[in-house]
This record gives sequence, structure tokens and C-alpha cells, in this order.
Amino acid sequence: MDLFEYQGKQYFARFDIPVSPGGPADTVEESVKVAEASGYPVVVKAQVQVGGRGKAGGIKLANNADEVRLHAGNILGMDIKGHVVKRVWIEHASDIDEEYYASFTLDRAAKQHLLMLSAQGGVDIEEVAERDPDAIVKLHINPVTGLDEATAKKAAVDAKIPAKAQDGVASILVKLYRCFTEGDCDLAEINPLILKPTGEVHALDAKVSLDNNAAFRHPEWDEYRATEELDAREQLAREKDLQYIGLDGTVGIIANGAGLAMSTLDVVNQVGGTAANFLDIGGGANADQMAGALEVINFDKNVKSIFINIFGGITRGEEVAKGIVEALSRVDLRAPIVIRLDGTNAEEGREILKNAGIPESKLTSKPTMLEAAKAAVELAKK
Amino acid sequence: MAIFVNENTKVIVQGLTGGQGKFHGLRNRAYGTQVVGGVTPGKGGQDVEGIPVFDSVADAVKATGADASFIAVPPKAAPAAILEAAMAGVRFIVCITEGIPAQDEARVFNTLQRDFPGTRLLGPNCPGIISPGKCNIGITAGEIAELPSVKGPNVGIVSRSGTLTYQALYELKQKGIGVSTCVGIGGDPVPGTSFVDCLAEFEKDPETHAIIMIGEIGGSAEEEAAEFIKKNVTKPMSAYIAGVTAPAGKKMGHAGAIVSGGKGTAQGKMDALRAAGVKVGLNPTEAGSLMAEIVAGLR
Repeated sequence: MDLFEYQGKQYFARFDIPVSPGGPADTVEESVKVAEASGYPVVVKAQVQVGGRGKAGGIKLANNADEVRLHAGNILGMDIKGHVVKRVWIEHASDIDEEYYASFTLDRAAKQHLLMLSAQGGVDIEEVAERDPDAIVKLHINPVTGLDEATAKKAAVDAKIPAKAQDGVASILVKLYRCFTEGDCDLAEINPLILKPTGEVHALDAKVSLDNNAAFRHPEWDEYRATEELDAREQLAREKDLQYIGLDGTVGIIANGAGLAMSTLDVVNQVGGTAANFLDIGGGANADQMAGALEVINFDKNVKSIFINIFGGITRGEEVAKGIVEALSRVDLRAPIVIRLDGTNAEEGREILKNAGIPESKLTSKPTMLEAAKAAVELAKK
Repeated sequence: MAIFVNENTKVIVQGLTGGQGKFHGLRNRAYGTQVVGGVTPGKGGQDVEGIPVFDSVADAVKATGADASFIAVPPKAAPAAILEAAMAGVRFIVCITEGIPAQDEARVFNTLQRDFPGTRLLGPNCPGIISPGKCNIGITAGEIAELPSVKGPNVGIVSRSGTLTYQALYELKQKGIGVSTCVGIGGDPVPGTSFVDCLAEFEKDPETHAIIMIGEIGGSAEEEAAEFIKKNVTKPMSAYIAGVTAPAGKKMGHAGAIVSGGKGTAQGKMDALRAAGVKVGLNPTEAGSLMAEIVAGLR
């Protein structure tokens, strides 16, 4: 789950990472209140999960209440690359002497944590990596031993961060690492990490991505979940506890297993179609799961045909088939289904589907993934 | 032969008294696996259909001589369960648990590497391992795995995805091709056993004559495998990579399956494998057909 900037800053604050005084606002009048409390001048920042806010006019400086009204009024409701701004973050504007970059992620190849630190912050880090790769210090950290202040200081020295800022940066790195590990982040990034004329170092932006698997030990994440940007289909799928990702094609996909679901998308694409979604109903594929999945697919108005791709392992083909027949009696579908049922007892399963009295205009069965994909794509083009 | 597990492997099930552990543990035993014990703290002295239950892994190992463990406990308890097994001297641990936080996985992996180098972890979030006719640990339906033939050629399977593993087993069975061992390494960001670990074992295993590898988007495990194959694998291989059409920035079901920053794409992985001499299919069936061609050439 990706956090908005303001949530990231609030999360940082839990780990004593210094951020500018400020707060979120949903209306112009709230914006003025937050601005008064933060102290002028303030920065009004659009809260959207997409890059390029500044260029789109979503970040503005305001010196008084009138300017806050003007900018907040413009930014709230603004469309930035398809994301409508519902909330702004307003904070006291900082004087900036220098801008750095710091982040922690998991390096999957090394199976260790990775610190990236650079004295060249405030710009896209990929850009820096391309232009001047030596300007980024990459330090692997063993998750068992962690990161101490001395190692963090050395990283700051290696990154050529000026002496006056090294202690401040090291202290923030240790806190950011705690946020990353104890806070169960997939990514914790500060860009820019700034040095103020007063000599203080603090986080001017916050990019935080949380590991959903750790939600069970973070009740404080509930409020982030409430503001997560999901489309209506994804919202419905979440209520039904299904692994669903909305896409923009016309063939609705249901498969058991994440790998098979991914593979189904690929095959549909190979035969000239486009998938409307990714949906993994899990290993079991019983009637309840199937009915829930069909409801979610049916909700998507773009869906012209539905491809159910099931491989029976422990769940036998006849059980899957019975589940589908029952699910079909519960959900009134707009689009026809093509099913490929394979694996353990697939024959028996196909027999059940054939004898269920479902008209062929509503359900056809194909023996292989490729043939089923072709049939589904054909139907979607009608 | 076979890799990692065989007819002599003695398995205990951590979580045998729970729903998943009981269901799959009993299935594994019915397949012929030596399931010699279970572990559930506080339930020592009981039994599950004749399988004795112990309070700790150490007790179970002491009483049964088990050298492998099957972990089927919830995500909260799994990291401690893995370390408990390693501490008790278990050589091979299979953890099927889905949903373990990545931070816990990284800590467990590095703890094993530092303190228990003799222990191998398979998973988490994996279907397990089957050496057909000898040993089945995990959730694979044993009946879809073709037994290896004495004169071969037999195929080794290594896969990041559960259902696609079954698919591969099934395709080989349809074609009458024997399987030496089928390993599901799982779709999480920090798997205990990698493609490379399995490829190295398959290369050494006299019962394995060819290898199928099934990868998916995200991370760089397939690229590392390609690098390894180029230098160290002499046995012929076919492969399939799922997720050609996956959009960037979205986790496709598995925690580890994500294309981010233009890295971890299916195309990049397929190119790397092809460059290493692997025959790459565009769907699982094609990878199976390519393997059938390879096997026909070996016969």
C-alpha cells in the first residue's frame, strides 16, 4: 500500500524523523486554518500518488491567507494525470541550503536491506543514477545486525555530504531505518532531505510504501486503508477478499493461482485480446469463491466475455464444476463464459458442466488454455 | 536419487493439529512420505491418526530422528517455527505459509545463513516439493506427478508459481515423461531456496536429465539463474515466464511478482534465459512441448 505524502510524513513523525510543521486539509477554509497554525510562508501541496505534481501546478508557495485561498482553491479538484486532488498538505515553507536523497528498500538479489544515499537530491534518483552513478552510495545492511549511527555516518561521508550535515543525516538515517524495519515498509524514501541555513536536517518529502502482509501488527494502518485509491471494481473485490487488479481490456479473467492468472492474461494477449482484470480465486475454487468472483467481473461494464481458467490439483475437477454451476445460478451474468478445466478429474468436471443444462450461448468448455483463450477473445470482439 | 528429499526423508509437521497441517500432512503420508511426527506446543502426547504429536521440534527430532519439517502455521507464528526447526537441527524445512511480512522473511533468511548454514529452507509461500514415488512434502497433488523411469530420461521441475507447477507436472504426465523432483520455490520476495540452488542440485543429480524452469515477473532471480545456467548447467532446459502483460507497479497476486522501475519484466527474463541456451515457451503448454522435444532427443 502506497501512502500519500502527508501520511508518509505522519508515519515518519512516529519514528521521530523531523518534518515541517503542517497538516492536511480538504477545503479552502481548512487550508487557511492549517496555514495559520503552521506559520507563513507556507507551501500548499496536492496529495496525489503520481509524479510531476510541481510541473502540473500542484505545489504553490503562499505568503498570506488570501494566497492560501487562491492556491488551495485551484489545487483542490485539480486533475493531475487522471488523479483528482481531494486533499492538500500545507506546511511551513523551509529555507533550503542543500538537498540530499535517502532511501531504504529490500534488495531481493542480495537478500539484504539496501541504503541509497546521495548528496544530489531533489531530482529523480533514476536521473542521478544515469548521469552520475558514483554520486549514489549503495550500502547493504544485514537485517540481523541492522544499522548503527557510526555506519550511517560513514555512509554520509562516502556520499560526500558536507561535514556540517553529516551528523544530522546519520541521525535521520538511523531513524528512517527503524521506520523501514519496525514500520514494515517496502520502501521508505526521503527526497529531498534538506539542510536548512540553521544547520538542521529534515525531511521535505516522504515516499512510503507499506507491506500489506504486515497489516496484522499495525492497527494504525486502518486509516491509510480508508483513503487508498482503488477503483470501484477493486473495492468490491476487496470486500469479497479476492486478489483482484483492474485492467482496461474486455475479457474478464478468473483463474486459480497467481501464476496461472498471470499466464491467462498473457495467453489472451497472445491471441489478440485484452484482459479486463487479474483475478486469483485461490486454490480451492468452491461455489462461494466462484460466485464472488463472477459478481466482481460482472460489475465491470467493459467485460464482453469471461475466461475461467482452472487447474484442478487437490481440488478435483468435479468439485470445481459443481461450484461453477451453483455460482451461475446465483449470479445473472451479462457476458458469456468460456471455461478451460484441466487437471485432476477434469473429464468428470466437464461432463457435469455439459449436463447442467446451461445453454451454449452462456457457457462453452474448451480442453486447452490456448483454445479457450481464442474462443473468449472471439466472443469479446462480437 | 532425486534432489533434497527421497524415500529416506523423515518428516515432522509443525502445525499438524491445525486445519492445513492435518489435511496436507495426512495426504503426504497417504502418498507414502515418512511422516513421523507432529509439533504443536501444549499438545505433546496426543496423536493425529496415529502420528505422534510433540510439544517442540527438539522433542520430535529426538524421538523420531526426523531430518525434514513441513511448516503449516499462520504468518504470525511461521518465522519462529522456522527458527525453532533450524535450532533443533532439521536439515530441510518446507514452509507453505502465505503472507509472512517481508521484514520477517529477510531476518529469518539471514539468521539461517549466519547461524544455521546446514539448514535449507524451501519457501515460504510455496507449494512444497515432490520426488515422485518417494516423498511429497507440501500441497502438491501427488497423483498428477509421473514417476521417474529407471532408464530415463527424467525431468526436474523448479517453479516460482504453485498452479503453474501443477500444470507442468500434468503436461509431463500426459506425455509420459518421468519427473525426478519437482520443487516449488514460492512467490515471495525472499525465498529460502532459489532457482540457482535447485539448478545446481539438478545438475549433480544422475536421475535428472533435463530441467523445466517456471518463473514470473519481479526481482532478478531468473536473470541470476540464466547467468548460472550459462556457466554451470550442461543439461538441456526449457522455461516459461508468466506475466508478459502485467502492468508496472502492481503486485500480481504474489508479494514478489511486481514490475518496478522498468525492472523484473518477463521480456528481460526470457531474453536472458534464451541467451543462456534455454528453450523458452510463450505459455506453459509450449514450455511442455519444448521439453517433450528435448526428451525425444535424449531417448
